[in-house]
Amino acid sequence: MNGIKHTVGIMITVICITILAFGLIRLTPGDPVLLMIGERGSDPIQYQKVATQLGLDKSITEQYQNFLSQAVQGNFGTSVVSSRPVKEELLARWPATIELGLFAMLLSLLIGIPAGIIAAVYRRRIADYVVTISSLVGYSMPIFWWGLVLILIFSVTLDLTPVSGRLDILYDIEPHTGFMLIDSLLSNAREEYQLDAFASALHHLLLPGIVMATVPIAVFARITRSSMLEVLSEDYIRTARAKGLSEFRVIMFHAFRNALIPIITIGGLFFVSTVVAGAILTETIFGWPGIGNYIVSSVYARDYPVIQACILVIGMLVIIVNMTTEYLYRLVNPRMRH
Amino acid sequence: MKLSNKFIQIFLAGLLTSPIAYASENIVYCSEGSPESFNPQKILSGTGRNATSLTIYNRLLEFEPGTTNVIPSLATSWDISGDKTEYTFKLRKGVQFHQTAYFKPTREFNADDVIFSINRQLDLKHPYHLVGGGAYQYFQGMGMHNLIESVEKVDNYTVKIKLNKPEAPFISNMAMPFMSILSEEYAAQLANLGRKENIDTLPVGTGPFKYRRYLKDSVIRYNAHASYWQGKTAIDNLIFSITPDASVRYQKLKKGECDIAVYPSPADIASIQKNEKLELRELDGLNIGYLAMNTEKPPFNNLSVRRAIAHALDKQSYINAIYLGKAKPAINPYPSTVWSYHEDIDTYEYNPQKARQLLKEAGFDKGFKTTLWTLPVSRPFNPNGRKMGELMQQDLAKVGIEVELVTYDWGTYLDKVKRGEHDIVQLGWTGDNGDPDNFLYTLFSCDSVDRGSNNSRYCQKSFDSLIKTARSESDRKKREALYQKALQIFSHDVPVIPIAHAKVYRALRNTVSGYIMDPFDVDHFYNLEVINK
Repeated sequence: MNGIKHTVGIMITVICITILAFGLIRLTPGDPVLLMIGERGSDPIQYQKVATQLGLDKSITEQYQNFLSQAVQGNFGTSVVSSRPVKEELLARWPATIELGLFAMLLSLLIGIPAGIIAAVYRRRIADYVVTISSLVGYSMPIFWWGLVLILIFSVTLDLTPVSGRLDILYDIEPHTGFMLIDSLLSNAREEYQLDAFASALHHLLLPGIVMATVPIAVFARITRSSMLEVLSEDYIRTARAKGLSEFRVIMFHAFRNALIPIITIGGLFFVSTVVAGAILTETIFGWPGIGNYIVSSVYARDYPVIQACILVIGMLVIIVNMTTEYLYRLVNPRMRH
Repeated sequence: MKLSNKFIQIFLAGLLTSPIAYASENIVYCSEGSPESFNPQKILSGTGRNATSLTIYNRLLEFEPGTTNVIPSLATSWDISGDKTEYTFKLRKGVQFHQTAYFKPTREFNADDVIFSINRQLDLKHPYHLVGGGAYQYFQGMGMHNLIESVEKVDNYTVKIKLNKPEAPFISNMAMPFMSILSEEYAAQLANLGRKENIDTLPVGTGPFKYRRYLKDSVIRYNAHASYWQGKTAIDNLIFSITPDASVRYQKLKKGECDIAVYPSPADIASIQKNEKLELRELDGLNIGYLAMNTEKPPFNNLSVRRAIAHALDKQSYINAIYLGKAKPAINPYPSTVWSYHEDIDTYEYNPQKARQLLKEAGFDKGFKTTLWTLPVSRPFNPNGRKMGELMQQDLAKVGIEVELVTYDWGTYLDKVKRGEHDIVQLGWTGDNGDPDNFLYTLFSCDSVDRGSNNSRYCQKSFDSLIKTARSESDRKKREALYQKALQIFSHDVPVIPIAHAKVYRALRNTVSGYIMDPFDVDHFYNLEVINK
């Protein structure tokens, strides 16, 4: 019964997302065709041509039906700017976003969780205050400003990192997978540049990765801390200690494992917001050629089919991640399995 | 364990790698966006022009870098028939197309390439017309589809273009990016392979650089075209590093990650000027920000009222506050980089007293109430319409005109202006081909009142006849005289008040030589060299 309810819930959400993706653009004031032809002074033939091209000459219900039937087949129409299929344009840009997103995720897990554990174990001691205050600052950091400050300090003043881009301009690497770390290790690139190109790709990931990971690090640290504090006061921890287990074993195997549940839930959700929301700002600052950057330039160029497809795809991604998170949650917590 | 050690080593190497000095034969250009296509026929943006028409392609005629003058390029000369409707172009011999990984040309450039390039856009039944959507916005926007009757091959190196009517700006249009010459042989090869759409993504041209690779939104790589007809460029590789944020472009420039940066942010300009390693270049842009009065509506159908408003506005204060000094006060409807610019006209200095006097003469001793529409979007020719509107409101209040500021979303704004619903409206124009006709005919001809951008709805017979005569006259000197007369009438009638020409800027490292600023706000790469300083 629960399963059916769950599926219906998902279906409703999916339909809402399609209506949102479809409707948002049509709710924005102004005639999109006129906006597109713009200042050059439109002639009626050109107007009609663009309207037909966008399917805007049909009724709203017809447009929605077309949009749905095409989207189900993975066809999101043609980009107004490039005249190429939107699907192709999106596929070409996902690897960059995923690469950066995974790297940022890795950073936030590696830094955020240990910081949270330390803060919980050394509660109300200096380490705890440092973690709590830094995570508060990190969480409230305006990302755009933070990115520019890091560029100024690490790239321009200290000359430690590159300002922007995915790879040093010197390395001319043929794209195969779109993941720079992988492409730089593939045969041709490897032969020509050994591991230098790979090192350069990693080097370029560092600053945008840190910027993108800033908020998630803070969130992970806070969640881990509060979750650990709760668990550490449980009776079974006292029992574990009484059995004479080492403090490390108590914390890592007894406390941390049980503290993981909220971390996974939040982590799953944050992965999406890291990849999407973070990507929009981070990618714009660092000239990172991913989806976030593409959404921004499409909004500026009023490339409606692209914006529509992005809302839809990202919406779907959130649903998928939520479902996966739920699954993981059940895996970690046996009580939730039934 | 060993593997993780290796990984740490590489990671640290990555961290500590200092930026490698660029080989001297490379120029890295920090552009602000990605080209919409690699076919200049399908491009509207300045970014796209730089990435295609100025690197990969040539046209029969070109704009002389840094000016709006038209000079021969793939055509060596042209003749115009007596009735001015037939243009016969003599083509250059010995011009090679690019040899790339995906195309090896077997013949040199000839008339077939010209016919292919024009007919793809003109002929609705052309096998390539619908490839990539069939929209050729610039070709159609400039009215070429109605103007060109046919393109004929006289012999391998002679092409005749017949027009439906005489039109002098046709020559300037021939130098615009959308008239770039593509390879007909390449198109035929792609058609055989069933991959026609590649013509717009894997380009082949005759220009100084050949396409090598494009990583979307990231990098475009070009190699020098070794057998370029004007001789190989001094640099071997040209790299576009796509960097949308202006502050980041500036940081990259400072660090040497790029050699030239487009559109520096106004906030960084002072700091660029102070930096010894950098150089800031500026030029009046090919644009005009203006205030149009609806001459069909009272009281703006009264000449004295329009002149009073012109005297009431303190243009310099707008330039200081809105353009942060990065613009020049305008007196003509186009900047001095366009030929036939005329200084000897009525200029309407800021003089509120005179304005009040003129209003009195017009019978508005106590002023009047009106609306002023402020530009809802930011454009180079008017970066902040609302703020400028507030300043104008204060200026006009001083002479007794009570102004209510109005604005709409951009689409509605354009639509309502087109219908003539406005009183006074802020708008602007950016020139396409550097021809005075592109400003005067588009913005002030009687024809453009209902279809076009004549936003003051100004239709004055003697002015209209002058610009129409100039339009069909091919002698540049005669045209210049006609335009200067037209400008006299324009400045007397003052249907719009020209406010400012925004300047365009580029920042470069001082190791780059041969850079030419261009009024079209595009970049020329052919003459670039890297020098050691």
